Amino acid sequence: MADLIKMIEQDYMKKEIPPFRPGDTVKVHVKVVEGSRERTQVFEGTVIRRRGSSLSETFTVRRISYGVGVERTFPVHSPRLEKIEIMRRGRIRRARLYYLRDRIGKAARIKERKY
Amino acid sequence: MRKGMLGRKIGMTQVFDEQGKAVPVTVIEAGPCTVVNIRTLERDGYTALQLGHEEVRGEKLNRPLRGQFTKAKVKPQRFLREIRVEAEDLKEFAVGQEIKVDVFSPGDYVDVRGISKGKGFAGGIKRHGMHRGPMKHGSKYHRRPGSLGAKGPARVFKGRKLPGRMGGEAVTVQHLRVVQVDPARNLLLLRGAVPGPRVGLILIRDSLR
Repeated sequence: MADLIKMIEQDYMKKEIPPFRPGDTVKVHVKVVEGSRERTQVFEGTVIRRRGSSLSETFTVRRISYGVGVERTFPVHSPRLEKIEIMRRGRIRRARLYYLRDRIGKAARIKERKY
Repeated sequence: MRKGMLGRKIGMTQVFDEQGKAVPVTVIEAGPCTVVNIRTLERDGYTALQLGHEEVRGEKLNRPLRGQFTKAKVKPQRFLREIRVEAEDLKEFAVGQEIKVDVFSPGDYVDVRGISKGKGFAGGIKRHGMHRGPMKHGSKYHRRPGSLGAKGPARVFKGRKLPGRMGGEAVTVQHLRVVQVDPARNLLLLRGAVPGPRVGLILIRDSLR
């Protein structure tokens, strides 16, 4: 029964997803439609959450843009995502980095993971 | 021509459409259904198809039911349901014919009927969408149904909305879009929710709207 759902989801899932984790800094290449044109936009920031499983998994990227915190949530398997690049791996101690929202500047840094 | 078939609800998930948008879908394992009997105007006074769904071992059924299948020369089926069909469309069907999911195609709209999940004895708020009383400020009137009517008639009118058994009844949801059809696996993906529990029997018809 549930296998049938898995089979359907399998058809829509991406084959390869880079193994990024919360705390990592990533570049997300998103396809955006502007009028009739389609182009790729890059959103770079820190992954503060990964939730859900299989086809409905999503992740949230946070960045500071012109002094304003911006968070975007993407479905991991969305066909609108062209590519996810891992720029830097972060050493963190929890799965959801909501505490970053209350910090600015130096306090919002994440140590690099070197393993 | 009106289309219809029987199926079982498998569960819900989401898929992406051409624009890359996530669409909530219900997966239904539909058919293959067998035409077991045809109701005609002359014999039955109305026109309909009797569809069977899911083969079972004959011993599972009682003798009168088994006789029906023997007469129609089809394998015994777990479920039998009738769908109304116009008289002029009847000639397109024959007893023993199979109906598969490929009668539907993506973009079609369908109506879906199922038995809703039983909710047990439910209060007025859940069952009829009544409002609740204040939770604070000295109020002790929280989730009760309120006035039962005027005092003049000295009785409560029939049909008054009160707490009671909820769910476990036939519910039809109209106008669900067919997102995907998978003839190889007999699967149908419909946009949105469908009444009933997973594994519940579902009747799918092309939409009236």
